[in-house]
This record gives sequence, structure tokens and C-alpha cells, in this order.
Amino acid sequence: MDLFEHQARELFEEHGILVPRAEVTDSPKEAREIARRLGGRVVVKAQVKTGGRGKAGGVKLAADPAATELTARQILGMDIKGHTVGKVMLAQPVDIESEFYVGYVLDRTAGRFLAIASAEGGMEIEDVAATRPEAVARIPVDPAEGVTSAKATEIAEAAGLPPRTVDVLVRLWEVLIREDAVLVEVNPLVRTSRGQILALDGKVTLDDNARFRQARWGEQESAHDDPLEAAAAAKGLNYVKLDGEVGIIGNGAGLVMSTLDVVAGCGARPGNFLDIGGGASAQVMADGLSVILSDPAVKSVFVNVFGGITACDAVADGIVQALDSVQLTKPLVVRLDGNNAVRGRAILDDHAHPLVQQSTTMDGAARRAADLANAA
Amino acid sequence: MGIYLTKESKILVQGMTGAEGMKHTRRMLAAGTDVVGGVNPRKAGRTVDFDDRAVPVYGSVRDGIEATGADVTVVFVPPAFAKAAVVEAADAGIELAVVITEGIPVHDSVAFRAHAAAQGTRVIGPNCPGLITPGQSNAGIIPADIAKPGRIGLVSKSGTLTYQLMYELRDIGFSTCVGIGGDPVVGTTHIDCLAAFQDDPDTELIVLIGEIGGDAEERAAAYIREHVTKPVVGYIAGFTAPEGKTMGHAGAIVSGSSGTAQAKKEALEAAGVRVGGTPTDTAKLVLALLDKGRDATDR
Repeated sequence: MDLFEHQARELFEEHGILVPRAEVTDSPKEAREIARRLGGRVVVKAQVKTGGRGKAGGVKLAADPAATELTARQILGMDIKGHTVGKVMLAQPVDIESEFYVGYVLDRTAGRFLAIASAEGGMEIEDVAATRPEAVARIPVDPAEGVTSAKATEIAEAAGLPPRTVDVLVRLWEVLIREDAVLVEVNPLVRTSRGQILALDGKVTLDDNARFRQARWGEQESAHDDPLEAAAAAKGLNYVKLDGEVGIIGNGAGLVMSTLDVVAGCGARPGNFLDIGGGASAQVMADGLSVILSDPAVKSVFVNVFGGITACDAVADGIVQALDSVQLTKPLVVRLDGNNAVRGRAILDDHAHPLVQQSTTMDGAARRAADLANAA
Repeated sequence: MGIYLTKESKILVQGMTGAEGMKHTRRMLAAGTDVVGGVNPRKAGRTVDFDDRAVPVYGSVRDGIEATGADVTVVFVPPAFAKAAVVEAADAGIELAVVITEGIPVHDSVAFRAHAAAQGTRVIGPNCPGLITPGQSNAGIIPADIAKPGRIGLVSKSGTLTYQLMYELRDIGFSTCVGIGGDPVVGTTHIDCLAAFQDDPDTELIVLIGEIGGDAEERAAAYIREHVTKPVVGYIAGFTAPEGKTMGHAGAIVSGSSGTAQAKKEALEAAGVRVGGTPTDTAKLVLALLDKGRDATDR
């Protein structure tokens, strides 16, 4: 889960990293009050979980409290790359002398974290890395040792950062470990004209797998901008909304991804990703169907199950029971293969629902579901 | 022979007395796997009856190894305890730890991966279905009755796609199938398995199944070009996945231009790998290559 800038700022502050004074609000009137408290002149920053908000007009300097209210009114509700701005952060302006980049990212190949640091901050680090790779230091961190002062000194020296950033590098590592983050970055980390090292903007991505031991973020609903995704998440379903007309239900992430591709290969667009896992109980099937059927874009539904651990007759029973509780409004194509497939297909044949069709192969079923969607 | 797992493998199950552990230990035993013990400090000294076999429970992995000579552990313990379980197994000198558990925090995976590597323990997983050498041994949750022993080696990030391909190629059969897991950080990579299959005399052809996220498939392609002489057939899932959305597996996410299915397919094809458009096409490519090989030897 990505945090908003103001949440990242809060974490940095808690871990002893200096940040500018700032407050967050969703009201222009309150923004005016906050600006007054912060000394009049503030930077108004849209809180969205996407890059490039400066270019989109989501970051503006306001000269006084009245201007702050006006600017906040402009920025709140703005659409930045499909994200609606719900809150703005008002921050005290900082007198910047130089800008740096520091961060820790997961190196999937090496199976450990990598410190990334550059004396050329303020820009997208990917752009710096692409144009001037020598300006970006990449130092692997031994997971058993972490970032000690000595390690932080190594990182700072490699990137040509001033010695006073060493403390920030150590504390930022603490943020990564203690908060179970999979990404932390400060961009820019600045040196002010008074020589202070300040984290001006930051990004933190938390590990969803660690929610069981990070109670603070567990209480927060993960942001689902899409109402169908929110409904699915409330039912504990592993669902991603896509822009197509064939609803997809399958078991196993890899098989479901593959199902989307095969449907696309048949000339229709998949409407969603939904992995119901190994269990495929009647309840999960019913929940999944009800979410997908409530998507007005969906014209047909493809249930693609390979019975590995789960037996297909149990899956077929689940579908039949789900059809008792969910009113089927669109054609359903079912492909059952693997363990007890013959028995599973017979159960669906016996049920003989007028909107349910079967196909014994994945490719054939995908073609059928695509044709049904295109004909609708 | 197969890779990593043979009929001589002696297997401990950490978390055997839990619901998942019980269910799958029963299935492993039914497939002829030599499960020699379970590990649970609170139930040490007891035995658990599985149909016709009573499996002893040891208080620690070390006790289990001393009593049985076990060289493999299969880990079913919940995410919060998985790191401690793998570290314990590595410290006890286990050769192979197969981590089935899904939902382990990435910092824990990073930590136990490094610790195990330092102890000389191979980790497969986490968040994986394990591995099977059909007819010999089954360490994990792959259904043993899908396919018979044979000449194909398979390595995959995905469990159900593994089952699907095993099913499509069930008449040819498999030397070993390894599910390496869909997490961002895994102990054993496509490349590790490619190297092992290349050296395995029982493997004639390799099937490599990948999915979006990271660059493991691109690296595998580079490795194939340099080191693999056996035919490799590939399949990549996730061409239609949008950027920035995690597709089920924690590691399955396209970020910017990196991790796309198209880039992986192109890298593999550039290395001479035939890549199937669907799982069924992929199976057909395998059959065609094996037939061609047979014709060549017949002549």
C-alpha cells in the first residue's frame, strides 16, 4: 500500500528525520487558517498517490492566507492522472541550497534491499539514472547488518552527499524496517541555506503482507477508488477491475492472468481479474458472481477452474449453490478440467440452467465467452 | 532422477499438525513420499496417524534430523512464524526448505533467504506449491496424480498454471516440476532450476512458465542463451494486466515499462525459446519439439 505524502512525512518525523512544518486538510477555509498558523506563505501540495503532480498543477506557492484558500480551492477535486485530489498539504516554504535523492528499494533479483542515492535530487530518479547513471549510487544492504553509521557513510560518500545526510540514511532505514515498508524514498532531500538537512517530499510503500503486525495501518481501509474493487475487498475477494466486457473468475493468480490473456486473444476484453483461490466454496463463488454481475460493462462471464487440489465436482456444487442465491443476468461459460472434471460437468449438465454453458477446453471456453460478449 | 527431490529424500513437515499441514502430509504420503516426521515444540513425542502410517512429531528440526536423517523440510507454518521456522531449519543443517506459506512479509523473506544461503540451505518459495518428482517424491501441495514420470522438467511462478501444463502434458510426463512462487523475493529462481535441469540426465526438454513483474524471465533468457542446450518452451501470463495493479501474486505487478509480459516473451524468443500464446499452445509446442527429437533419433 502506498502512503500519501503527508503520511510519509509523519513517519519520517516520528523517526527523527527533519521535515518542514506542515498540516493537511480537505477544506479551503481551513487551509487559510493553517497558512496563518504557518506564517502566511505556504506551499499547497495535492495529496495523490501518483507522480508528476507538479507538472499537472498540483503544487503551488501561495503568498498569504487568502491566496492559500484560493489555491486550495483550485487544487482540491482536481484530477491528476485519474486520481482525484481529496486533501492538500500546506507546508512552510524552505530556502533550498541543494537537492539530493535517497531511498531504499527492493532488489528482487538479489533478494535484498538496495540503497539508492544521488546528489542530483528533485528530478525523477529514473530519469537521472537513464541519462547520467554515474550520478546514482546503488549500494546493496546486507539484511543481517542493516544500515549502520558506517554503511550510511559509505552510501553518502558513494553518492557525493554531505556528511550530515548520514544520520538521515540511518533513520530512513529504521523507517523501512520498523514500518515494514518495501520502498522508502526522499526526493528531494534538501540542504537549506542554514545547513539543515530536510526531507521535503517522500514516498513510502508498505508491505500488505505485514498488516498483521502493523496495527496502525491495518485499520486504514486500503484505498479503492473503484466501487466494485471496494465491494470485492469488503468480501475478501482478490479482484481487480479492468475495462472490458468478459467477466473472469478463476482459481490461482497465474491461471487467472492467463485466462485474461486468452480471452483478449479471442477478440474481447476481460472485465476483471478475480482469483477465488483453491477453495472455491459456494459462498466465494456467489460473492464473486455478484460483484462481477453488478458491473454494467460485463456482457458474459467465464468461470475457468482447473481442479488441482480442489475437485471439480465440489466446484460445480459451489456454482449450483451460488446460482440459488445470485440471480444470473448474463450468460455464464464454465470450463472445468482436472480432478473429477467429468463428475463436475455432469452436475452442471443436470442443473441445466438456461444461461450456463460448458466447454471442456480453456481456449474453447474463452472463445465462447468472447463471442457471447461481442454478440450482446 | 529429476532435480532437488528424489525417492531417497527424507522429509520433515513444519506445521504438520495444523489443518493445511495435516491435509497435505496425507497427500504427500499417499504419493509415496517419505515423510519421516513433523515438527511442533508443543507436541513433541506424539505421533500422528495418517491412514496406514504413524508419523512422529519432533520438538525441533534438529531433533527431527538427528532421529531420521531428514534432508528436506516443507514449511506450512503461518506467516508470522515462517521466518523463525526457516531459520531454525537452516541452523539445523537441512539441505532444502520448501516454504509453502503465503503472505510472508518481504523483510522476513529477505532475512531467511540470506540466512539460509549462508548456512548452505536451498530455499524454494515462499508462496509456492512446492515441487514434485513424479513417481518418487512430492514436497508440497502439487497434486501427485496429474501426471506420470517422464522427460519434461518444469519451472513456474504459478501453481495452477503448473497444474494446467502438467495436465496437458500428462501422457509425456515430468522429471521434476518446481513451483518457485509468486512473491517478489524467492529462494530459488528460474535460473537455478534451468541449471539443474540442464544437468539432469532424465530431463530432455524444459518448460518455463513466467508472469509479469520483476525481470527474472529476462535473466533466465540470458542464461538460456549462454548455458542451456536442451530445448526450452516458455509461457508468460499477464499480457493484459494494467500497469500498477498487483494481479494476485505479490510479485505480479507491471511498474512503468518494466516487468511486462511482452518484454519477457521477446527476451525468451531472442534466446531461442519457443513461447506459446496459451497454455494449450504451449503444450502443443512441447509435443512438436519432442516428436521432432524422436524423428531425429529414429533416423
